[in-house]
Amino acid sequence: MEFVLLIFLPVIFALLVPFVAKYLKGIHTGWIVLLVPLALFIYYLSFIPLMMDGGHAISELKWIPSLGITFISYIDGLSLLFTLLITGIGSLVVLYSVFYMDKKKEDLGSFYVYLLIFMTAMLGVVQSDNTITLYLFWELTSISSFLLIGYWYTRDKSRFGALKSMMITVFGGLMMLGAFALLSIMGNTFSIRELIAQAPQLVNEPYFTLALALLLLGAFTKSAQFPFYVWLPDAMEAPTPVSAYLHSATMVKAGIYLVARFTPIFGTSSIWIWLVTGIGLLTLFWGSFFAIKQTDLKAILAFSTVSQLGLIMSLLGAGAISYHTTDAVFALATYAAIFHLINHATFKGGLFMIAGIIDHETGTRDIRKLGGLMSIMPLSFTVALIGSLSMAGLPPFNGFLSKEMFLDSMVALQHFELFNFDTWGILFPIVAWIASVFTFTYSLYFLLKTFAGQKKLEQLPKQPHEAPIGMLLAPMILASLVLIIFFIPNLVGKWIIKPAVMAVQPTLYANPQTVNVHVQAWHGFGSTALWLTIGIIAVGSLFYVTIPKWQPLYNIQPAKLSLNEGYDALMRGSDRGMNRLSRLYMDGVIRTYLLYIFAFLSVAIIAVLFIKDAFVIDMTSFAAISLYSILNAIILVLAVGFVVFSNNRLAAIISLGGVGYSVALFFVIFKAPDLALTQLVIETVSVALFLLAFKHLPALNSHGETAKVKVVNFIIALSVGVMVTLVALSSHSQKLIPSISQYYKDTVATEAGGGNIVNVILVDYRGFDTLFEIAVLAIAGIAVLGMIRLRVSRKETTDENK
Amino acid sequence: MELLLAIVIGVLFTAAVYLILSRSLLKIILGTGLLSHGAHLLILTMGGLGGTAPPVLADGVTDFADPLPQALILTAIVISFGVTAVMLVMAYRMYAVHKTDNMNELRGNDEHD
Repeated sequence: MEFVLLIFLPVIFALLVPFVAKYLKGIHTGWIVLLVPLALFIYYLSFIPLMMDGGHAISELKWIPSLGITFISYIDGLSLLFTLLITGIGSLVVLYSVFYMDKKKEDLGSFYVYLLIFMTAMLGVVQSDNTITLYLFWELTSISSFLLIGYWYTRDKSRFGALKSMMITVFGGLMMLGAFALLSIMGNTFSIRELIAQAPQLVNEPYFTLALALLLLGAFTKSAQFPFYVWLPDAMEAPTPVSAYLHSATMVKAGIYLVARFTPIFGTSSIWIWLVTGIGLLTLFWGSFFAIKQTDLKAILAFSTVSQLGLIMSLLGAGAISYHTTDAVFALATYAAIFHLINHATFKGGLFMIAGIIDHETGTRDIRKLGGLMSIMPLSFTVALIGSLSMAGLPPFNGFLSKEMFLDSMVALQHFELFNFDTWGILFPIVAWIASVFTFTYSLYFLLKTFAGQKKLEQLPKQPHEAPIGMLLAPMILASLVLIIFFIPNLVGKWIIKPAVMAVQPTLYANPQTVNVHVQAWHGFGSTALWLTIGIIAVGSLFYVTIPKWQPLYNIQPAKLSLNEGYDALMRGSDRGMNRLSRLYMDGVIRTYLLYIFAFLSVAIIAVLFIKDAFVIDMTSFAAISLYSILNAIILVLAVGFVVFSNNRLAAIISLGGVGYSVALFFVIFKAPDLALTQLVIETVSVALFLLAFKHLPALNSHGETAKVKVVNFIIALSVGVMVTLVALSSHSQKLIPSISQYYKDTVATEAGGGNIVNVILVDYRGFDTLFEIAVLAIAGIAVLGMIRLRVSRKETTDENK
Repeated sequence: MELLLAIVIGVLFTAAVYLILSRSLLKIILGTGLLSHGAHLLILTMGGLGGTAPPVLADGVTDFADPLPQALILTAIVISFGVTAVMLVMAYRMYAVHKTDNMNELRGNDEHD
């Protein structure tokens, strides 16, 4: 079976959803939609045995073969892991949304259409082997995420959050496209597999570092790394199933996927290791630190997601070190990254759903109004407890295992000696440990402020009670996964994680089962990580107890200096700046634009003439000068002077006629009888036309032009005049080929049977020119007639008749 | 001869651009008139001012003026006449509607941008 087509299954199903929503009113649309991710999940489970043997599966659908753009579904360990997450958590989220989204109040058709589009996009991102289709699906995730965040489009905040996430992720997406373009230039292919095969040569290419930076920009914006995380907390305006699905389990991990997928290409570079590990750790610390500042449940979870994504990112960076050393602990880092990715998806998905349940049952998500819900909502509390403690990194939950591995990897970093890690390496475990302390604190903060303490029922908009079991089903499944994975980590490792590790580092392993990692919960008292964890629990508890004492510290940071303000200022500033810029040079006065045009024209042409050393005067090619032409030239220049300096329009018009007649005289002098004839007639008619309109035309008026304006005008005008003279002299002196007129002279009698060469050219050799010149005259006549006769609006008519 | 004509053409262009940059609509139209004269003379000059006879076949004449630029100018004269006529009428209409020929007052307002 061509399983590449399965990528499109959700989006094709999305076409049916509006009809289902409209005609099957008795049943919640979600139940029907649920079939899609569930069927996909079960189908993709069948790939596990193949992956365990280190195999991969490929399926192709040609799209634009001539450009090498093909939908290639390439499933290896990494793709399969993500695919299972997308379809598995997708099923649970749809199940949850059936109970969360009200059948009567909400527009379910749109909701599930967006969700299914997103599912296709995400499957496409993780399965694409072709960078162009990867980019296509990547942008589709941005667009569907935009639609989902703005689902309640009547709310201001939803629209703001949707726009913000769109701006940031699309910016990153475009940067990533740049990286793909550079990669395809370097490797001459769009296929990721083929690029990976060429990785050793690519390192030496000149664009390598630029491609690396652009790719990381794409990954960091999508995965909400510092400083691009600002869109994620605002995206919490989306319905909770969306937050749980997109903004904790799947879409924000697309950047992680990208980093993992391209590690075989870029991982050998020290810039990559520094950036991925460093930014990851910074994000980890930043997110965990600011999570405690938040008062909204979903905002706490959003910052927690930011922080955990940073953790996974830093582990991927540390994992890339295994290209440079045989130290087994760095191979462990990649394993830990993927392990934590799964763990995070399970516990964070569950926690979001619990936050949604609390919102649904109490009417608020404000942690200051909540408290003491433990006895009212025992099942929700249990799930939240499991999720929070796993997030904090406590046994017996899966977060503990990955947190231990994370601490081990970070501690190992200080012993790594290449790339200046010997100097700065000590920072990594310290930052990681402090961040873990804050993680522990905000986990307790989330759990205990909501469920423990005094009941504040009178403050709540609704009378709280336990959620319906259907709504709790999905979070309970996720919570049980949290527990199960803790007890059978090595089975999960064997089935899913080791094939994924092999996909991230294909050159290091021949077979997934040679990934030499055995996860164990207990390392004995000699283990560093154990003591670090004990320290985290001790200090974290202390922090939690003293929260009221040090929480005011957050107020030290002025609101003006936050990253959100920075984003807002950037958007406002570019809006206003661009507006100001265009108003600056587009002042609406035609003279200004003409000044730009003339000044540019003359300066550019004169400059080119002299820079290129193209100015030549060749006097020998010039014709002899005659007395008549000198006299005529003097008359012409005088007439021009009268036109320019006259204050009387009659004099100006007559002088213009004088210019025309002396031009006609030039035509006589230079042996052009037809021209002279036409010029005389036309000039006469023109002057007559001017005089006809004379009565209706305004008097000549300088309209308050100052001397300064006149001087500027004169300088520009003079430069144009000089430019024309110089170009005329220069081009006349450097003719490259003789005129083709000899042919006309030779054949005018024999071919065309005429004697007047000019007339024969006009009607015979080049008759088309004449045809359209007649058309121009006809159109001009119609236009003149139209403008004089037509009166569009009544108001104008009255004006005319005055 | 070409040197003289080139300077005359330069003067024509200078005067034309100076008028076009002014604020009075009528001056702008006068300027375009001068500009077309300059352009026509430029074409003629660039074709070469040599040639002792007009380009009409006659016995014993071999040194004709170049006919091709003349044909081009003839076309250009007619077209510029058409354009001038349209501009003139447009100016008349505009003056009738807006009661001003000051180009600085004739700018769009904010409703249009």
